[in-house]
Amino acid sequence: MNVTQLSIFLENKPGHLQSALRILAERKINIRTLTIAEVSDFGIVRLIVNNPEEGARVLKESHVACSITEVLAIELEDRPGSLLDALETFKKRSLNIEYMYAFTEKRGDKAVMIFRFDDIEAAKKALIEEGYNIVKNIDIIGE
Amino acid sequence: MFNREYEAMPLKKLRELQLERLKWSIRHAYDNVPHYRNAFDKAGFHPDKFKSLEDMKHVPFLTKQNMRDNYPFGLFAVPLDKVARVHSSSGTTGNATVVGYTKNDIEVFAEVVARCLVAYGASEKDIIQVAYGYGLFTGGLGLHYGSEKIGAMTVPISGGNTERQLMLIKDFGTTMIACTPSYMLNVADYIEKKRPDYDMRKTKMRAGIFGAEPWSESMRREIETRLGIQAYDIYGLSEIIGPGVSGECSEKSGLHVFEDHFYVEIINPDTGEILPEGAKGEIVYTSLTKEACPVIRYRSRDITRLYYDNCKCGRTLVKMEKVTGRSDDMMIIRGVNVFPSQIESVLMEVEGTEPHYQIILDRKGALDDIEVMVEVNEKLFSDEIKVLEDLKKRITDRFRSALGISAKITLVEPMRIPRSEGKAVRVVDKRKI
Ligand SMILES: [Zn+2]
Repeated sequence: MNVTQLSIFLENKPGHLQSALRILAERKINIRTLTIAEVSDFGIVRLIVNNPEEGARVLKESHVACSITEVLAIELEDRPGSLLDALETFKKRSLNIEYMYAFTEKRGDKAVMIFRFDDIEAAKKALIEEGYNIVKNIDIIGE
Repeated sequence: MFNREYEAMPLKKLRELQLERLKWSIRHAYDNVPHYRNAFDKAGFHPDKFKSLEDMKHVPFLTKQNMRDNYPFGLFAVPLDKVARVHSSSGTTGNATVVGYTKNDIEVFAEVVARCLVAYGASEKDIIQVAYGYGLFTGGLGLHYGSEKIGAMTVPISGGNTERQLMLIKDFGTTMIACTPSYMLNVADYIEKKRPDYDMRKTKMRAGIFGAEPWSESMRREIETRLGIQAYDIYGLSEIIGPGVSGECSEKSGLHVFEDHFYVEIINPDTGEILPEGAKGEIVYTSLTKEACPVIRYRSRDITRLYYDNCKCGRTLVKMEKVTGRSDDMMIIRGVNVFPSQIESVLMEVEGTEPHYQIILDRKGALDDIEVMVEVNEKLFSDEIKVLEDLKKRITDRFRSALGISAKITLVEPMRIPRSEGKAVRVVDKRKI
């Protein structure tokens, strides 16, 4: 049920993102969505790809610092206030999020958000109880 | 004092003893080690010409490279069946160096470490936990034999496994620990983070014996205040014997060199000229009693000063200043002497950091600018910005407290730092002075 996310460490310098993406492209690794968190001198690129393990392997081969992180993809109504509702639910259930970002594709009439919780198992249990639909890894990364 | 006769010997008598022993050591080296015979012949020096301490200036130096070139047993002056033990330095570039010990050499090694321990106030009533690594490295076995020699209860726990170290300190009532100063700070961090219930002040631990890496007075203060113990310096080089070449006394101001076993000189590292008492320069060692591996005028590359100050402890032996670095790579940053080894130990202290780093020195206006690039390896990498930012902050803080410099820390990608022969180029000096 968890979605496997690939995270990459990059210096905040021209060309560095390209060279990491090139490594993935050469191995036919398809990026489903990506987000970049950065500070002045470095950034972390978080990607959902069709084959994260292979992605991590080829990046490590090329001496790129990266890791695999488990995140949750949650379906939200495509309407004003639905994200706010979700965040209030997290608060009510004492779930801490480290970061979040939107998934580019819609599923039917639903939007999908990616959340990284500090306690993924607790989050999963609470959100299912609250009636949220958690999207399966396979439905996100395909294959 | 463990051995008052030698540790408090009148200076005149000490000089006579040194001269007599030097004559023996130089001849022993010349007669039994081809390297010394060739080097002495080439320099036009012969042991017969050695009549007074003044003649030291004619004796050729021994370098680390000479030692490497004679790997493994080329510098042994006795047949292997007289060698009772070997130690070896790890040597990150090229060959390691190997040092042999006869039974007598091991006795001397134990004796000088015992003298240090007694100078720190140890006795047979103490329980000494030896948390240096046991093995080819001289730290573990060196402290072990010294501790046994004074009759202390010796706990050969070796390095690492902090949880067990803490357990034995408490359960055994350990009174002294021997380890690297950076490991001791790691222990302090560990207690703070993982064992807030553990109070070192409530154990019997009262002193630490720290060596094997350069450390500063600010590290001493930090160890003493955080753990409530006395922190003493022990110094040595595996090439000479191991820890116990010199050690601090109760005064904690300078380390007494055991001059009855080691003859020391300070030279100008560029010219090789012998400098007068009190001058800062490279310290050069000559062994006076070693049988298996006599060391004649070994250029240590360590920078220090030697002086006599009628020490309150009663020892007449010369004192050397705490060694803070080496002549081949010292940097002066905003007037502060900084050595890559110090930077390395700061990085080692910050949990998980392996020192693949590079120092970039530049001058912005009138001020020196220091940037330390640290490679983010797999162990350091976190998927969260705040964890990496926190790492940077911890390194920056340690630089300020341990070295007194504010450095800019930059996290860089793996393999970004150029390596030559597998070793990183550690310092890039862009300053035009
Ligand atoms: Zn003293």
